[in-house]
Amino acid sequence: MRFIFKTKYSQDINIAKHNGDRFWYSLLILVMVALPLVLDDFYLGEISYICILSIAGIGLMILSGYTGLASLGHAAFLGVGAYTHAFLLTNGIPFYASIPIVIIVSFLVGAVIGIPILRLTGMYLAIATLALGFIAEHVFIKWEHFTGGNRGLPVPQPEFLGMSFYDSVFFYYVCLVFLIAAMFAAINILRSPTGRAFVAIRDSEIAAQSLGVNLGLYKALSFAISGAFTGLAGALLAHYIGYLAPDIFNIFLSLTLLLLIVVGGMGSLHGTVFGAIFVGFLPQLIAICRDYLPSSIGSQPGLEPMLFGLILVFFILYEPLGIYGRWMKIKLFFELFPTYKRQTFKKQKVFTKSDRV
Amino acid sequence: MSLFEVKNITVAFGGVKALNDVSFGVDKGEIFTIIGPNGAGKSTLFNVISRIYEPSKGEIYFENQNISKTKPHNISKLGIARTFQNLELFENATVLQNLLLGRHIYKKTNILSEVFFTPSARRQEHEYRLKVEEVIDFLDLQHYRDTLINGLPYGVRKNVELARALCTDPKLLLLDEPSSGLTNEETIDLGFWIKDIQSLLGITIIMIEHDMSFVNKVSDRILALNYGKILASGLPEEIKNNADVKQAYMGE
Repeated sequence: MRFIFKTKYSQDINIAKHNGDRFWYSLLILVMVALPLVLDDFYLGEISYICILSIAGIGLMILSGYTGLASLGHAAFLGVGAYTHAFLLTNGIPFYASIPIVIIVSFLVGAVIGIPILRLTGMYLAIATLALGFIAEHVFIKWEHFTGGNRGLPVPQPEFLGMSFYDSVFFYYVCLVFLIAAMFAAINILRSPTGRAFVAIRDSEIAAQSLGVNLGLYKALSFAISGAFTGLAGALLAHYIGYLAPDIFNIFLSLTLLLLIVVGGMGSLHGTVFGAIFVGFLPQLIAICRDYLPSSIGSQPGLEPMLFGLILVFFILYEPLGIYGRWMKIKLFFELFPTYKRQTFKKQKVFTKSDRV
Repeated sequence: MSLFEVKNITVAFGGVKALNDVSFGVDKGEIFTIIGPNGAGKSTLFNVISRIYEPSKGEIYFENQNISKTKPHNISKLGIARTFQNLELFENATVLQNLLLGRHIYKKTNILSEVFFTPSARRQEHEYRLKVEEVIDFLDLQHYRDTLINGLPYGVRKNVELARALCTDPKLLLLDEPSSGLTNEETIDLGFWIKDIQSLLGITIIMIEHDMSFVNKVSDRILALNYGKILASGLPEEIKNNADVKQAYMGE
């Protein structure tokens, strides 16, 4: 088992806690960079999509996993990002200028929506965000000048750095770079006072408030940051899809994002990537399975949503910490071998929370 | 002039008056204990001071400043920190993260400098940590820095909550039943710590407590509440021999 001898405060602040981290994550990035050498266009496209999902997942994870606020309408932010990006590109704004604008716009939309909506908590918040998703979808339909309505909006694929977005290798690298940047941004937020304030709000609002955390402000900030990440993912998604229609950003996409963070593991950034891989490959997996199932089941139309729901329930019941939680258990098993005890991860006794405050 | 003053505070929940015209003052450097049977309004009083409850009447003064209309999240910026009766720790965070949150009111970075984790953000983390380490040394929490609150025994959790309040560098510390759920030994340690907080750190303490031997040992002055009204207030000796207090509290 590794023992980290700490001699500097920086060791607790740094992202990489020890050389093992540095080695494995560098290796991972190298492998990701080298992937186009071995994979064909189809798989590169799939992995680009997973990168996009991960970025959106980071957004929802910050809101739900770290600040503890549910959102069932996050596809709205994907839509805001995608439409804003497509609109800007159509009007001749270059790619490198459009992306920052998209991030700022989604941040502001998140803040403006967040301030009133976050007065609600729990179930009511979930319902309000659900409504937000539907409202956004209708706005995308009705605001024809901006979104092209039901006719849809073609996404221009401009040249960027002399390369075209039609080139799947180039698009893969763009997505990868944005995922890595988003990851670093999220880690930085979470290791700063703001990120800690989010966690504080999740675990005990009353204590957070007594320590000087302005609840309204930080909840709105969390919503805005979450919106910014998801909006960025939306802009990349626009390139991936190529042609925007309002019904892409429906409730099913919101639920996919929710499935992503639950399956990946609430409250961990690793979880967003694990979840994105899972959610990204699941439709393919289901398609493959269809061939092997008896045709009475295999050719049923609603198979996909049903399996999504089933998996969500399965994870909530049997592995609430998601794939990342399972991974931690496996890692600990080998670190402690042969003294690992199953009880290590048994749910701890919960002391009664104050009901007088 | 008192450091902290409560003037004619009344809190009514519908027809029930949880606090009825309560007034008292606490001097700088004092350990002031509030006692009283269950439902006497002790915790209500703390929640009024932390601005969680709105008083129906009356004012609160801290350093001659009326804080009756201050926003709840600004109370700690004035220098008032508190602990909670049944612990309100951030359970899925480490002890260190809990304590670092105690420094939140000193935050100078904005969201942009945090996203890029600029040198100023890093410097700030170092400054936070220095103060947190002081408190860790003060309360002997060295072993638990990286432990999740979830995995800690109750006594240590109580300690962490006290530490978190101290990390805000308060002038006034509100302790809600600091000794409840502690073993005898832990209570004795706590007594020393509270005395040290008073004498070494110069922090004024208002405390709600039930353990009378503990109260008599550490308090400078005691206020007894019953049914939202002040029953008596004075030195520990006076309270001990007060007939009304004996009847209401000790059941004689």
